[in-house]
Amino acid sequence: MAITIPILILAIPLFMFFFLGLFGMKMSHKLAGTLGTLGMGSVLVLSYFTAFQYFFSGLDIFVNEAGDRLQYLVFDQTWLQFTEKLVIKLGFLLDPISAMMLVVITTISFMVHLYSMGYMRDHHGVFEHGFQRFYAFLSLFSFSMLGLVVAPNIFQMYIFWELVGASSYLLIGFYYKKPSAVSASKKAFIVTRFADLGFLIGILTLSWYTGTFNFTELTSVPVEGLAGVTQVNIGTAESIRNIFATSAAPTFMGASVLTWALVLIFMGGMGKSAMMPLHIWLPDAMEGPTPVSALIHAATMVVAGVYLVARLFPLYLMEDSAMIIITVVGALTAFYAAMVACVQVDIKRVLAFSTISQIAFMMVSLGVARPEYHEGLGYMASMFHLFTHAMFKALLFLGAGALIHAIGSNDYTAMHGLRKSMPITHITFLIGCLAIAGIIPFSGFFSKDEILSSCGQYDILVYLWMSLVAGLTAFYMFRLYYLIFWWKEHVTPEGHHAPHDQPWTMTLPLVILAAISCVAGFIPFGNLVTWNGEPYDFMAHFDWSVASISLLVAICGIALATVMYRKENELPAKMRRALPALWTWCYHRFYWDELYQFITHKIIFGLISKPLAWFDRHIIDGTMDSFATLTNKASEAIKPLQSGQIQMYVFYYLIGALLLGGITILCLI
Amino acid sequence: MFSNILIYFVIIPLLMLGGVGLSRNIRQIRAVAVIGSVALMALSTVLLLQYLDLRHAGETAPMLFTDSWTWFAPLNINLAVGVDGISIAMLILSSIIVFAGSFASWKVPQPKGFFLWLLLLSTGVFGFFISVDLFTMFMFYEVALIPMYLLIGVWGSGRKNYAAMKLTLMLMGGSAFLMLGLIGIYYHSAPEGGQLTWNILEIAARDSIPHGWQSFLFPMTFVGFGVLGAMFPFHTWSPDGHACAPTAVSMLHAGVLMKLGGYGCFRVAIYLMPYAAQELSYIFLILTGISVVYGAFCACVKTDLKYINAYSSVSHCGLVLFAILMLNSTAMTGAIMQMLSHGLMTALFFALIGMIYGRTHTREITQMGGMMQILPFLSVCYVIAGMASLGLPGLSGFVAEMTIFVGSFKAGMADYLSGEGSLRLVFTIIACCSIVITAVYILRVVGKLLFGPVYDKHHLELTDATWWERTSTITLILCVAAIGCFPNFFNNLINTTFTPEIFAVLGK
Amino acid sequence: MEITAVYYLIPALIMFCCGVYGFITRKNMIAMLVSLELMLNAVDINFVVFNRFLFPEQMEGMFFALFAIAIAAAETALAIAIIINIFRAAKNIDVRSLNEMKF
Repeated sequence: MAITIPILILAIPLFMFFFLGLFGMKMSHKLAGTLGTLGMGSVLVLSYFTAFQYFFSGLDIFVNEAGDRLQYLVFDQTWLQFTEKLVIKLGFLLDPISAMMLVVITTISFMVHLYSMGYMRDHHGVFEHGFQRFYAFLSLFSFSMLGLVVAPNIFQMYIFWELVGASSYLLIGFYYKKPSAVSASKKAFIVTRFADLGFLIGILTLSWYTGTFNFTELTSVPVEGLAGVTQVNIGTAESIRNIFATSAAPTFMGASVLTWALVLIFMGGMGKSAMMPLHIWLPDAMEGPTPVSALIHAATMVVAGVYLVARLFPLYLMEDSAMIIITVVGALTAFYAAMVACVQVDIKRVLAFSTISQIAFMMVSLGVARPEYHEGLGYMASMFHLFTHAMFKALLFLGAGALIHAIGSNDYTAMHGLRKSMPITHITFLIGCLAIAGIIPFSGFFSKDEILSSCGQYDILVYLWMSLVAGLTAFYMFRLYYLIFWWKEHVTPEGHHAPHDQPWTMTLPLVILAAISCVAGFIPFGNLVTWNGEPYDFMAHFDWSVASISLLVAICGIALATVMYRKENELPAKMRRALPALWTWCYHRFYWDELYQFITHKIIFGLISKPLAWFDRHIIDGTMDSFATLTNKASEAIKPLQSGQIQMYVFYYLIGALLLGGITILCLI
Repeated sequence: MFSNILIYFVIIPLLMLGGVGLSRNIRQIRAVAVIGSVALMALSTVLLLQYLDLRHAGETAPMLFTDSWTWFAPLNINLAVGVDGISIAMLILSSIIVFAGSFASWKVPQPKGFFLWLLLLSTGVFGFFISVDLFTMFMFYEVALIPMYLLIGVWGSGRKNYAAMKLTLMLMGGSAFLMLGLIGIYYHSAPEGGQLTWNILEIAARDSIPHGWQSFLFPMTFVGFGVLGAMFPFHTWSPDGHACAPTAVSMLHAGVLMKLGGYGCFRVAIYLMPYAAQELSYIFLILTGISVVYGAFCACVKTDLKYINAYSSVSHCGLVLFAILMLNSTAMTGAIMQMLSHGLMTALFFALIGMIYGRTHTREITQMGGMMQILPFLSVCYVIAGMASLGLPGLSGFVAEMTIFVGSFKAGMADYLSGEGSLRLVFTIIACCSIVITAVYILRVVGKLLFGPVYDKHHLELTDATWWERTSTITLILCVAAIGCFPNFFNNLINTTFTPEIFAVLGK
Repeated sequence: MEITAVYYLIPALIMFCCGVYGFITRKNMIAMLVSLELMLNAVDINFVVFNRFLFPEQMEGMFFALFAIAIAAAETALAIAIIINIFRAAKNIDVRSLNEMKF
């Protein structure tokens, strides 16, 4: 494959960022938006082409004789050389998951670019202030995210990891005049920065032991290939295993260094993927424009953590304890987020918590994946769910955006009964809900079913727990659905436009994504993406018992939601009164935000920074000042000796002379 | 004498001094300053190219362009010059900042005196970086320090007399230690009966300072230079001094003068006394490690923009000294990169703060808000500077910090595994934490100052940057981005100094 | 009873000490000048006495005493002039109050 296409995939968004950022203000809004969308469209085409080539061309640089998919390093340019061995390179690695991510990112990003042309203007068609800036930031984000997924080494991943963090900061804070948006963006950046600290230390530890940043060396064994082209079999990590097996790697606090490194790297993933307890930034990040929430905080950036674990999956396989941590964190987060999502009022918050919960599903799925269970089904299921989730969650967010745009509020209490006035939004939103609830034949059913079946093989407890969460998912999504579209008839407040479907730029992405959500489940994903590149036929292992149970659970959840929320009734209020403590805790998101508020303001600022600043001004600076004062005082003290009175001088002279004389006499005697 | 390119780094500022002295109005002064600083930039570029050519041609001497002219024969004091990759990096940095500083002080009151002192200061700075004779080096060091007093005392703001006096006295106190150390080095620069010398290269080659003396002289010189490098607990001149200094002086001081500290620590303390550097590094490692987090934490609660930036400088410069003490080539390269990066970044910050202060007449972040709506250009530049400071990839801070962390971690792990204690490792991890705290205080300022609603209605009438202000900031931003995007060029330039021979001397 | 040198020297010593004491303690400038004269005269006596007893055939001591008397006269004249001027300027000749030029 020629090198030009991958370079263009990265270069076009970067160019668009600089172009729109520097000259956008001089163009009309429409031109800037069109240029941005066209740029993204071309990247979309190139990425589809690349992915198609990778998966279906059958070239021997991508697939070996046995049919295993290989990693293919398109290019690799030295960027910064730390030592002889540790080199940061910027490159482009093509393998099943990066090809899949290319498709996901460019699809969603293109949809969002298109959608924003309609969303970022008011009812009179006037574009929002900073529209060009918005497109520049979107391009920057797309560039960073694409760079992240194609990274051939962990340090490039870290570089782009930081860049997506920064572009997410800029986009959440897009409405920079709004204090809540500013503080949300700050929170998102700082929380993920804290997680990145763990990631960084993890990278340092890992690279110190292995002497490399490259994924190909960390996770794979090179095989003979074409001259000058690096090809590797994915997934055995034999060389790394040897390093840790032979060097008698020391332990630190009872865990091996590899475990520490992997757990710390996972911490980075927890931050970006909003796993408990580092999830608090994601709900607040909904302050950003809704298309941004769809792109960054639902479909692409937040799955970076999952992607990171998937990238290093062969390493994680070597440490069972790290895998257990991933499973436990994922399972707890999934349940927590689902509980909270059941009582939120703001529809974007509901979707945000649902995103957290779904990403936790992917994490659990990775955590329970083992080669011995259906040849690592969990890994494949996780990636599959990543793919399907990106599509239907982007659909749901964009649908929510259309509702918010029509109503002018995030609150479902202002909506109710919109099914007639906004039919396209209604249908597509329903498809999204069915997909996330896991109803056959929508895409979510297949991916979630695979996750549950791999959980079932790992441990029955995890299976039951995750099934419960799946039921909750169906319940809260349909609660949201009914509350928006049914419950009672819509009443348009005085002076407002009656809600109606949005222009084609906004509905077209909804329809496309809904169509994808309908059919994506039938993609033979096992043939394309598996942890070691060997194709795996999922349908041959399809377990109807698991599938029917998960379907049953989902239907129960939907039925409960139907009973409670289809028509206006007293049942929800009764439930709330019956379980007041639980409701309050869920509504306040189990007080995590308050806890963090306490830690940052009371402890970090109040107990560390302020005393330190005081200490600096009064003790350290005081000491330095007191040196000066002391010198001054000393000179004041001896100043009277130089009185200028000759009589005093004579007196001192006389005493001195007498003393000297006395000493001389004493010496002579 | 005039055939050596290096001497022009002193001659050009001196000519500029003369030019400013003869100028009759502000236009002529500006012309002299701009032409001179462009000439300096051109000169450093030419030097860089020649240096790279020589290195490509296989030149392996530790310093190139060396030359020596006798100055005072009885004490063997020479004007000895020579440069390696580090000095060249520093020369480039200085010339860029003098250039940007000239533009930033476009409208300074009493320009003649101001530029005279500023140029005397730059003469000292350039002289310091080119000399390899300890005595000459010290002399230039003092030449760079003294004008500071007048520049802050006369052109400053706020409690300027107090700040000027404090800064000068603390730095002078440092140089007292330093002089003691340098004289000590001189008297042990040759084995019993040999010809004593001030030349760094000769002293390093002889390696004749007895170990007992090293343990005494190393702290002297390290503290002496460390005061200028804002090492905890000798940093308090920095917040007060920067807060009261005029814009260009803050830029030059934080951007270049503080680098003299780090450069000296490496060039004199560690390079000449490797034994003591290993034995005693733990003391200074603790102090500099504290600087890193301490400065960052203090910056979190300050409300004066210049104070915040000064404490951030304490943190960043602490990282420079911290990395130098790791005694391996990666960390030391990182230290020099951090000097470059911090120099440009902090100069950019001070320039922007000066420009904002010049408009709003306040530096309190509680008294400002929503600047993004009023001064979009300056605000965007401020965000870029902030992002560079908190280590966004693609800007200079990231590469410098990462190089330092990788190198320090290497040193720390090596210590830990060989049973020499986990001090280095622990402090490396503590230093890594600074990236989070930096993010906290940078985003706090950005959020309060630039975003949100407009705080003061009177600010709505302010106008955005003028062309000379744009020149100053854009130059600095381009340099920050250049380091961030092509770090390997600078890495290789600096790396040439850290040859295996140096580490053979250092014992690692 | 023979008159030895000690008989001259002890009064001279007493004179000298009185002079010193007076010079240090008196605040009036005239009094200080008088004390100074006392010291000078004590020294003159010593010169004469030592000359007479140690080197009777030489006259250097005598001349030196005469020389000192002449200088003392000139000095007194000068000092009185200064004191009168100070009195004119400050209406006062107390040394403690004459500290206008002190640091």
